[in-house]
Amino acid sequence: MSDLTRMSAVELAGAIKSKQVSAVEVAQAHLDRISAVDERVHAFLHVDAEGALAAAARVDKGEVTGPLAGVPVAVKDVIATKGVPTTAASKILEGWRPPYSATIYERLQAAGTVPLGKTNMDEFAMGSSTEYSAYGPTNNPWDLGRIPGGSGGGSAAALAAYEAPLAIGTDTGGSIRQPGAVTGTVGAKPTYGGTSRYGLIAFSSSLDTPGPCARNVEDAALLHSVIGGHDVRDSTSIPQPVPDVVAAARLGATGDLTGVKLGLVKEFAGDGSEAGVTAAFRESLEALVKLGAEVVEVSCPNFQYALPAYYLIAPSECSSNLARFDGVRYGLRVGDDGNRSLEEVMSLTRDAGFGPEVKRRIILGTYALSSGYYDAYYGQAQKVRTLITRDFEKAFEQVDVLVSPTTPFVAFPFGSRTSDPYQMYLADLFTIPTNLYGGPAISVPCGLSEGLPVGFQIMAPTMADDRMYRVGAALESAVGTFTPPAL
Amino acid sequence: MTTTALPTYEDATARFEPVIGLETHVELGTQTKMFCGCRTEFGAEPNTQVCPVCLALPGALPVANRAGIEATIRIGLALNCEIATWCRMARKNYFYPDMPKNFQTSQYDEPLCTDGYVDVEFEGKQYRIGIERVHLEEDTGKTLHVGGATGRIQGATESLVDYNRAGIPLVEIVTKPVPGLGALAPEIAKAYVTELRDIIRSLGVSDVRMEQGSLRCDVNTSLNKPGEEWGTRTETKNVNSLRSVERAVRSEIIRQASLLDEGVRIIQETRHFHEDRGNTSPGRSKETATDYRYFPEPDLVPIAPDPAWVAELKAALPERPSSKRARLREEWGISEIDMQSVANAGAVELIEETIAAGASPAGARKWWMGELARRANETGIELADIGATPAQVAELQKLVDAGKLNDKLARSVLEGVVAGEGDPAAVMAARGLEVVNDEGALTAAVDEAIAANPDIAAKIREGKVAAAGALVGAVMKTTRGQADAKAVRDLILARLS
Repeated sequence: MSDLTRMSAVELAGAIKSKQVSAVEVAQAHLDRISAVDERVHAFLHVDAEGALAAAARVDKGEVTGPLAGVPVAVKDVIATKGVPTTAASKILEGWRPPYSATIYERLQAAGTVPLGKTNMDEFAMGSSTEYSAYGPTNNPWDLGRIPGGSGGGSAAALAAYEAPLAIGTDTGGSIRQPGAVTGTVGAKPTYGGTSRYGLIAFSSSLDTPGPCARNVEDAALLHSVIGGHDVRDSTSIPQPVPDVVAAARLGATGDLTGVKLGLVKEFAGDGSEAGVTAAFRESLEALVKLGAEVVEVSCPNFQYALPAYYLIAPSECSSNLARFDGVRYGLRVGDDGNRSLEEVMSLTRDAGFGPEVKRRIILGTYALSSGYYDAYYGQAQKVRTLITRDFEKAFEQVDVLVSPTTPFVAFPFGSRTSDPYQMYLADLFTIPTNLYGGPAISVPCGLSEGLPVGFQIMAPTMADDRMYRVGAALESAVGTFTPPAL
Repeated sequence: MTTTALPTYEDATARFEPVIGLETHVELGTQTKMFCGCRTEFGAEPNTQVCPVCLALPGALPVANRAGIEATIRIGLALNCEIATWCRMARKNYFYPDMPKNFQTSQYDEPLCTDGYVDVEFEGKQYRIGIERVHLEEDTGKTLHVGGATGRIQGATESLVDYNRAGIPLVEIVTKPVPGLGALAPEIAKAYVTELRDIIRSLGVSDVRMEQGSLRCDVNTSLNKPGEEWGTRTETKNVNSLRSVERAVRSEIIRQASLLDEGVRIIQETRHFHEDRGNTSPGRSKETATDYRYFPEPDLVPIAPDPAWVAELKAALPERPSSKRARLREEWGISEIDMQSVANAGAVELIEETIAAGASPAGARKWWMGELARRANETGIELADIGATPAQVAELQKLVDAGKLNDKLARSVLEGVVAGEGDPAAVMAARGLEVVNDEGALTAAVDEAIAANPDIAAKIREGKVAAAGALVGAVMKTTRGQADAKAVRDLILARLS
């Protein structure tokens, strides 16, 4: 058997099913890899070796079957996992072990996947570099001095470092796709409501979307099909089956895109993307044309307002969602010495428990929702959101999918964007419109710029997740996958 | 400040016109909470009816309870409101430890029901109280402050929280401001809450018990001089009984009049009503009130009731309690005051069903409002839960009408029924309580009494019929009360004529 950690999820599942290798051996190989490299990568906040081996043993005994049975998966630490520490990379939840599991985690377990542990992220999923993790950043396996993207940098880095073949991310403004892009891995944000949010620690309820991360498109599609679908515990979950994303990925892999119309968003051109990013994107576009696709320029005039609208809506919702972290029922409690009032204890707890970016957004959101400002900020942002949705709907009357670079720049060095929040926010310039609209989008590696990966984003209409997998797999068949230098 | 005596109520209302408004919270009697599947039983062990959702564990999400939405719509319809075709829940953000999420899921500018009214009758006249809105929200937990002298948060050394109540559906009913009631304002306020309680009880959506907190009332009061603009209002909380509604408005009118007399500005504030003293004291000042930062709840989809469903709910509304009472009063031939006591005792439906089961209106009312009401009062349980059914009471009355039971025996039978010994006929047989109607046995007892009391017998023979009472008493004694007193009397008079 070749190196188990280099195999795809599809290959691993096949090998386990045909008893060429046991699920326990596969789990152990990945745990060994984590032991070997994670000190340098820091993709994981918690490794659940015991739980992983037990889950693998159940697969080997034949207790669980399925297309991903026995395949290890890394889970972003923002997903509640019963009995397994869940912190959202925040000090305020240090040591918290949830008494319940997120729906998608239950589905992962029911499908026989082998959860390896919890991955690092920006605190409460707020950030684009993992530099805002309260437990220290994750290092990009392509260059350990650079960021792995964020917020789900841990999940993406775990894939790129061959610590896991699959990972779960959550995407509020690009937190699956941008880390995918800068680590040379695949990250898909499903249609909002297509994957359950129950048990996902909320950042921005109307935007948060859990989704799959993998090293290739078909693996991502398989993981998507396992975690997706209606959940009665999430009122915003769509009561429809997930489109057949696996079949779409396999169709795309045949390399035929005849008749598929790709929309090029006019307003994204010349938007400060690095030259290398633009070049890799253009070359990939040509490759897709060779596969039969047609490129059509479309106008989405309101996309330019996406970033400011997002930075009103997301912080507003987060200011309310994070109010529950008060030290009363769980997590950190500071200053409860019998002399301080409840209000003082809450205040001290939140001051000590939240990091700078989380505080910044809570303050921003609290302000935006304040009486007298609501209409001008939150209300106005919601109107922009409607206009952006209309832009998407109009565009999809002309084309099947929209395409763009995933992020304007490749992995940047640590510390280069933390002093100016706006520079950090620009990382999500191309990913945010999709979140405001609620549609699906995927980032697929499409080339290198100065030795660092560039991501190609494909955006599809809501509940047409299959389209992005088809185009994504076709792109992959044309440009191949990208392997980082040995660690 | 001068220490002038408080003006009298009559004096206050002669010079000032009150404007009142009421905000009433009704806890719905749904089986499960508004946004999770937890049970809602009253009085359960603290923190036993909780789950990740109502404890606001990280990641947990709400799902709306359809029964709560339906009950709110039915209340709105019963209060003649418009029902929204599309509306959203909203988050009301503020920090308090009895609120797990530190926001309350409520409604803000898109209430489920708007613009209705209730007609309230008082002393033969009707008053229309406008309803501003009826909206759905969730209850908070309960805090218990330990270690302080007052039981309030100030000075407490420890605070305990019970989240069993957190997430139970609450309906808030807000009236429009009601001017023009003059000195009747306190009584109309009470009559309104009474009417509201009866309407909601008739819908079967809440047990509306003020003493258990399933009906809670806040009273807004302001005063103005005739012809002038309305004054600044205060909001009185902790008004926990119908009587307190009246007393709270009355005391607030007197207090505000006294301040206005002294030229003191009324502060917009929340005041606390004290049941024992009958007056109010200041609570949290509204001028430093929290900005609740309302926004639409993104975790819940909008509520869009199908108009056909709403029409169905409307068609199925029960008869309005006030018109039902008027109809029944007519049918039963009783006074308004008697009808009011029947309603207050929660006996309208019970008596109605007893009559339907064959009892006379007088008979049915007599048992429910007499013996059974007394027992319910003594034991502190609701009349409906007393353990006797309308069918049983009707059967009891039939036995009395048939002469098989007299009043005294019937009470004993009822005691057996309430104790769960069975239906009246069975209890009567088992306890051996039937009236002695056996002609032979009665004649023997009568003859025995005549023989034992020759003086009395002589008087009766002389025509002093009134003396027969003593002989009846003697016969009742020997038959242990099981004889029919009228039959005994007739027999005595027949023997001695």
